Amino acid sequence: MYPDDLKYSKEHEWVRMSGDIAEIGVTVFAQESLGDVVFVDLPEVGTNVEQFAKFGEIESVKAVSDLFSPIGGKITEVNSAAADTPEVVNEDPYGSGWLIKVELNDTAQLDELMDAATYQATLE
Amino acid sequence: MASSAHTSPNHPYIPSTDSERAEMLGAIGVDSLDALLEDIPAQHRHPKLNLAAGLSEQELSTVFGSIAAENASPSSGYISFLGAGSYSHYIPSTVRSILQRGEFVTAYTPYQPEAAQGTLQVGFEFQTIVCQLTEMEVANAGMYDGPTAFAEACLMAARVTKRTKIGVLSSTDKRLSDTLLAYSKYQGIEIVEVAADATDIPDDLACIGIQSPNFFGEIEDVQRLTKLAHDNGALSVVHVNPTALGMFKAPGEFDVDIVTAEGQPLGVPMAFGGPYVGLFACKKAHIRQMPGRIIGRTTDTKGRTGYALTLQTREQHIRRERATSNICTSTQLIGLMVTVYAATLGKQGMKDLASLCYQKAHYAAAEINKLDGYSVKSSGTFFHEFVVTCPSAPPKINEALLKKKIIGGLDISDRSESGMLVCVTETSSKADIDRFVKALSEIGVSA
Amino acid sequence: MTISINAGGVDRRLLMDRSVTGRKAFTLPASDVPTQNLPDSSLLRDDVELPEVSQLEVIRYFSVLSQLNFSIDTNFYPLGSCTMKYNPKINDELSNLPGLANIHPLQPDVTVQGAIRLLKNLQDDLGEITGLSGVSLAPLAGAQGEYAGLLIARAYHDARSDSARTVAIVPDSAHGTNPASAAMAGLEVVTVRSDDQGNVDVENLRELANSNTAVFMLTIPSTLGLFEPNILEITKIVHDAGGLVYADGANLNALLGVVKLGDLGVDICHSNLHKTFSTPHGGGGPGSGPVMVTNELAKFLPKPVAVKTDVGYVLATPEMSVGSINGFHGSFSIAARAYAYIKALGQEGLRSVSENAIISANYIQAKLRDKYDLAADRYCMHETVLSAARQKKRGVAGLDIAKRLLDFGIHAPTMYFPMIVDEALMVEPTESESKETLDHFIAVMRQIDDEVDSAPELLHDAPHDLPVTRLDEATAARKPVLRWSAEV
Ligand SMILES: Cc1ncc(COP(=O)(O)O)c(C=O)c1O
Repeated sequence: MYPDDLKYSKEHEWVRMSGDIAEIGVTVFAQESLGDVVFVDLPEVGTNVEQFAKFGEIESVKAVSDLFSPIGGKITEVNSAAADTPEVVNEDPYGSGWLIKVELNDTAQLDELMDAATYQATLE
Repeated sequence: MASSAHTSPNHPYIPSTDSERAEMLGAIGVDSLDALLEDIPAQHRHPKLNLAAGLSEQELSTVFGSIAAENASPSSGYISFLGAGSYSHYIPSTVRSILQRGEFVTAYTPYQPEAAQGTLQVGFEFQTIVCQLTEMEVANAGMYDGPTAFAEACLMAARVTKRTKIGVLSSTDKRLSDTLLAYSKYQGIEIVEVAADATDIPDDLACIGIQSPNFFGEIEDVQRLTKLAHDNGALSVVHVNPTALGMFKAPGEFDVDIVTAEGQPLGVPMAFGGPYVGLFACKKAHIRQMPGRIIGRTTDTKGRTGYALTLQTREQHIRRERATSNICTSTQLIGLMVTVYAATLGKQGMKDLASLCYQKAHYAAAEINKLDGYSVKSSGTFFHEFVVTCPSAPPKINEALLKKKIIGGLDISDRSESGMLVCVTETSSKADIDRFVKALSEIGVSA
Repeated sequence: MTISINAGGVDRRLLMDRSVTGRKAFTLPASDVPTQNLPDSSLLRDDVELPEVSQLEVIRYFSVLSQLNFSIDTNFYPLGSCTMKYNPKINDELSNLPGLANIHPLQPDVTVQGAIRLLKNLQDDLGEITGLSGVSLAPLAGAQGEYAGLLIARAYHDARSDSARTVAIVPDSAHGTNPASAAMAGLEVVTVRSDDQGNVDVENLRELANSNTAVFMLTIPSTLGLFEPNILEITKIVHDAGGLVYADGANLNALLGVVKLGDLGVDICHSNLHKTFSTPHGGGGPGSGPVMVTNELAKFLPKPVAVKTDVGYVLATPEMSVGSINGFHGSFSIAARAYAYIKALGQEGLRSVSENAIISANYIQAKLRDKYDLAADRYCMHETVLSAARQKKRGVAGLDIAKRLLDFGIHAPTMYFPMIVDEALMVEPTESESKETLDHFIAVMRQIDDEVDSAPELLHDAPHDLPVTRLDEATAARKPVLRWSAEV
């Protein structure tokens, strides 16, 4: 449920690093508590986001939640598949349901995130 | 009749009897109602209500009969040439008949779609009709009235463009711009007037708000104004008269972004101003910024077609202070009237109706224009309303008309010198029009 | 043509799918004036794509659709916070009298003396009932009444050059329209907590009320159906901080002749005529949400206000009015119905309305409290908020209970509101319902609680016998289909 190679934020987002690019999405816990995701509002490529700042919104039929970026930096890519077919966020939150990619500007940011075991402990 | 504050008189609207009340209080475990009211400060409990005693249904009918008799209406022999946002049209029997269905009248907002498919399917039909009339992509299930729809459309344009200055064309009804003012006053929005013949607008407008036919009854060049808006990164918001859409080109043909209208002309009594329904349509791309309820089509667990409220995350019950609008209870039942009306008139009826209004209004204008001292000011193309410049003050003329049981046009001398805004629809016969024209000529400068 | 037949043999095809070229339901009269020139053809459209159906089809189509609805006329409808009481038929009839239905809003005052007199009398009655004598009937629903009230609050502070007051304090239990209206009025929403009894946390309010406070918005009785026992202390805290107290009067059905809001220190309130005063809900409107204020604030009321003068009744604009919040004078024919209702009940009848509403709600609460948790364990006013938390632990959600009620022909209570109550089921029986109906509801709710253990699938799959089963709302939102088109 919470892969070991990812880092997690207390706002229920995950980060996967490859090089200096951070891929970001929401956790299984987040998508399950939201229920069927019907819409994600994502930022424009090229804009900057600060660590833990709001970058978008995610909606189910009867709820809306802000998305907070676990990593600050320039947004290099957004997942148009998630925008067009939001059900991928439910079906594959750590894979095809990723949301944005951010160019990490300061590796120290990663220290502020949790590993899988610590994150899971916060859910209990 | 019982008079103590703690017993209840029997009333046709309240079924519980004294013994049932006693039984229920017993089950609750108290011996009097007052035991349930202890949280209410004792000194303020059971205040004196200075109201009259209740009336029987028969007495009530008498009271209302006399209230209604104090008003001048067609049934008391008056003819009227008022328009300006509320219009006299014939309402078909089908509308009145369906309006008797308690299943529509006494339901509430369809929060439980399984138990509200009637209301929901009607709402979907309503959205369809609004789209077909305006030739827009999507519509909501209705706003409070035309002016609030227009105000919310301009605010929506501000959200879509992320701009804070709203342009309103100078030929627009003050009822629209005043409502916009009251709606936007504390939202950091500036409203600026755009001249109807403007060829240039500021480059930071969220939209141009256009009324067509405008307040004076004339068709605006929506195509040109929409292009002007788009060239400057603004949206175009167009407030139409739905009856006029039976003959004039629909705003959707001109790439308009948001269309609003007062739905009252479509089968809704004038009723001294309300309740009415605001029509609201827009381009699909902007739908997440749209205010109001939206009904969508879907399927049930057995694959059957059904309808439900959708895109609800825009609304106050979910997004609260960040909602697209505060609207909750809106105007579903008036939407039903509009829907039955449009279904009844149908394709041919809407066309014939528009033509009839046009013919009669133009006949009236031509006849008035022949009178000494009167002239029809409308220069462009008008639909069923036009401005008459009068030989004396319009209120004086109206006073004299009233003596002849004629309610004249609206005094608009504040916007057009000696101007009277006259409206003629299919409910005026040629004889009514001729009577009006004759009266005007008799009154003339003597008023 | 494809035919889709629903449960019960109902044909759900849309009007456009039934359309046959050349068919009609209505004929316009022929023109009786000489033919006029048409405008330039570039301005004209060809056709309006509207249905072509016969008159019988119109009547049958809408009549059949109506039968797919639950309504007060046909079902017990205990939808909390909505006051689904009987809507007297005489009120519809009277409001449709030609002398009321066929008058134009801009007719000279002298020609509509009856209409303005009606508005004036209703203003006076609402002022008397709430103890707040400044009344405008302009607002078109509760939410617009709130917005009007907040505009008044802002205008009041502005007039005292106290414009730094830009905060609305709102309890966490408030209805969504409260914060939404506050935001429209440019106010920042600050939330005050509720305590474990469902009351406003007075200490928290004391911390929050200060020189930025424009207004405190309180629903009375609260959305938990409770009367705020510290009300006098609360209004004093807000007034001492220089703020105004706004009462959301959606729940006024509990207070008629029981207590006047003005006596409690409330400065502004609204009332929903489509709740307390019996006007039909219409499947989601039209409504009417008059705004009532103290004498001091009356000069800020939205226009118009009906006034009696030496020369008769007139529609006036208050001296420092916040302006026009809609096209004309509010929902006139709704106001007419409410006036008829007040006249029919009179002083004693109105008092009896609230007393019976309170007894009925407490009766239901007393009879269900062993099976369902209560949001607050104390006597309620006109509605009781149950929680299905216990049932949830046994595998069935509040939603399932609500849907199962539909199988018994009972409309579901308001669900998941107020948001501070887990699995909330808000039940408002109103004074209109007989004890037999309440007993039936109680028996059904108890049976459903049994079914949670004995037959949970009955709840998960409910409703069973309605025109549709549960709908796929996720797909509806993901791929919105919002109108008929030739393709769907
Ligand atoms: C507590 C409360 N406040 C405000 C409102 C809003 O009223 P309306 O729907 O008439 O706008 C409602 C009802 O919907 C309500 O229950």
